[in-house]
Amino acid sequence: MDFQLSDDQRALGAGIRELLAGRFDRDRMRAAHDGGGGVDRALWRELGAAGLFALRLPETAGGVGLGLPESVLLFEEMGRALLPGPLAATQLAAGAVKGAAEGEAVVALAEAGRPVGHLEGTDALLVLDGEAGGAVGRVLSGRALRQVVREAEPMRSLDPGTPLWRVPDLAGYEGEPLPDGARPRHEGALLAAAEQLGSAGRSLEAAVQHAREREQFAAPIGSFQAVKHLCAGMLVRAETARTAVYAAAVTGDPMEIAGAKLLADEAAVGNARDCLQVHGGMGFTWEADVHLHLKRAWLRAGQWLTAADAEEALAADLG
Amino acid sequence: MDLSYTEEEEAFRARLREWLAAALPGLPGKPDPGDWPGRRAYDTHWQRLLYDAGYAGLHWPADAGGRGATPTQHLIFLEETERAGAPYVGANFVGLLHAGPTIAAEGTAEQRARWLPPVLRGDEIWCQGFSEPEAGSDLASLRTRAVRDGDDYVVSGSKIWTSHAEVADWCELLVRTDPAAPKHRGISWLAMRMDAPGVTVRPLRTLAGSTEFAEMFLDEVRVPVPHRVGEENDGWRVTMVTLSFERGTAFVGEVVACRRTLDALAAEARRSGRWDDAVLRRRLGRLNAEFRALWRLTQWNVSEAQAGGGVPGAGGSVFKLRYSHARQELYEAAAEVLGAGDALDLDREWVLDRLSSLSYTIAAGTSQIQANIVAERILGLPKGR
Repeated sequence: MDFQLSDDQRALGAGIRELLAGRFDRDRMRAAHDGGGGVDRALWRELGAAGLFALRLPETAGGVGLGLPESVLLFEEMGRALLPGPLAATQLAAGAVKGAAEGEAVVALAEAGRPVGHLEGTDALLVLDGEAGGAVGRVLSGRALRQVVREAEPMRSLDPGTPLWRVPDLAGYEGEPLPDGARPRHEGALLAAAEQLGSAGRSLEAAVQHAREREQFAAPIGSFQAVKHLCAGMLVRAETARTAVYAAAVTGDPMEIAGAKLLADEAAVGNARDCLQVHGGMGFTWEADVHLHLKRAWLRAGQWLTAADAEEALAADLG
Repeated sequence: MDLSYTEEEEAFRARLREWLAAALPGLPGKPDPGDWPGRRAYDTHWQRLLYDAGYAGLHWPADAGGRGATPTQHLIFLEETERAGAPYVGANFVGLLHAGPTIAAEGTAEQRARWLPPVLRGDEIWCQGFSEPEAGSDLASLRTRAVRDGDDYVVSGSKIWTSHAEVADWCELLVRTDPAAPKHRGISWLAMRMDAPGVTVRPLRTLAGSTEFAEMFLDEVRVPVPHRVGEENDGWRVTMVTLSFERGTAFVGEVVACRRTLDALAAEARRSGRWDDAVLRRRLGRLNAEFRALWRLTQWNVSEAQAGGGVPGAGGSVFKLRYSHARQELYEAAAEVLGAGDALDLDREWVLDRLSSLSYTIAAGTSQIQANIVAERILGLPKGR
């Protein structure tokens, strides 16, 4: 047993972090969120060219041929950078939707009864049918997709990086099935959990940096136990979620994935909230980034596998 | 990242399983928690069985009489013994997990030859004389004094929270040998005989009704100078060498046990009909995620220790913080499964465990001290004043 990152895996994570730092720095990130959100197609293509969406396609199909653990490391970095867009749905549809693997196509996620992000301009819809236990998925495109877009109503989205639409009931819309063996519900939940993990880590870093620099009562606020304990709690949440997410990526076990999503949602939301608290009044402003992480974390917590569904699945597994 | 075990590790697991299956049926019944002589006999008997089978001191270095096993093998050992329902390390805890490794790491050849074999064989029990009424979390403030008088130290003072003091043969004792030095620098580590004149033990009754630990009063107790491990006034460093080991793997078996308890709670809730309560059901589901993650966190920490040459990192504090709270949550859920009436019945399963779990956020460094360690040593936040 060697439950540590391999050198290749470390290099992969560092590589994507560097790529994102160069192409999606804080100014770009803020511009993306202040400008109403949406997918930056040029950046999307660059991510595609870097192999991000084709990562798990076999090499014989033009992919990179890597596995879930490597995907998780990439999605963690994208979550840290607060990259907008239906990243997990597009990677899952690579191979099933033309252009998705190359980053030429954007594939949005549609779940029964929930709003759809990035609907306008999307090339296909990955539709998840059935309850949490079912792993059924199909892809809507062409005329069916155009009809969905016509009938959709835009919402005023809580997350400035993710424009949202209410869509009609998609049960009657014809779609293409995903390839055999696809487990979109589980794998999407895991990739979203990885994004949550990255976000939780970023919130922790921001809180610690602020706690070191901000002085009150003639001392850095990080020297006060009340603030220290908030930060320590954030680390504990992030590290517990990290091992759960990494282990689930290695085993691919649905129960472990459910646990990982549950704990990663908790880490991303909890850490953003505590980061906001550590920042005090500054944390409540639009200028601080922390609210963007919190809002995205709330969005992802409602996608793929909610806390209620994960807890029920994990309960059914007991006894 | 690889969660599979090597062929060698799987072979080790298989041999261990086979041995456990043969050894456990012949064990006597577990003694009553208040029966200390019975507990000592039971725990040392088990230790002797382990010794004879070659499993004693598995993670100790080979030159100290141990097996020099890797952290992963130690993990497998703790996992399998718990899964098989084997006895816990019990009264051998301090000797095997703390005093023994300290002597192995810092003792002279004579000291190792004198003290280590009896620990491995289960012939001698150790207790830990660290904390004092005025020195709990702030251990370095301890005041028990040792003054040189010829070939002896003369020790006076008092200790508290001394686990297994009632049945121990030896005490690993921290004493102040230089009152003028800065508080971390004037401390020495002594091995004290518990039957030495001047040692008085008074059991403390815990809120769970048991006498798990004791107060100890030391009135001019003579400890021979050769019973000092490490240099004079260097006891703090000697102690810190081994405290980190304690946090690395001390709770492995318990995580396995908690997962078993969780399954039993679900089965009981299904039987009694409380399973229909969605709030309770979801609570148990969340605990499933929690203990699965804690098991993975254990594997992560053990892998990290193995990669780092066997020394556990600060991950032990992260684990301890999360685990101690999760364990309390588990037994709160147990009370709900039992129902308001049965949760008050000390004869029902899980009720005593609920009481015992209250100590977890206090023992071996309170959660608040652990949080300070995490904030200062891992996150690099400035020390408070």
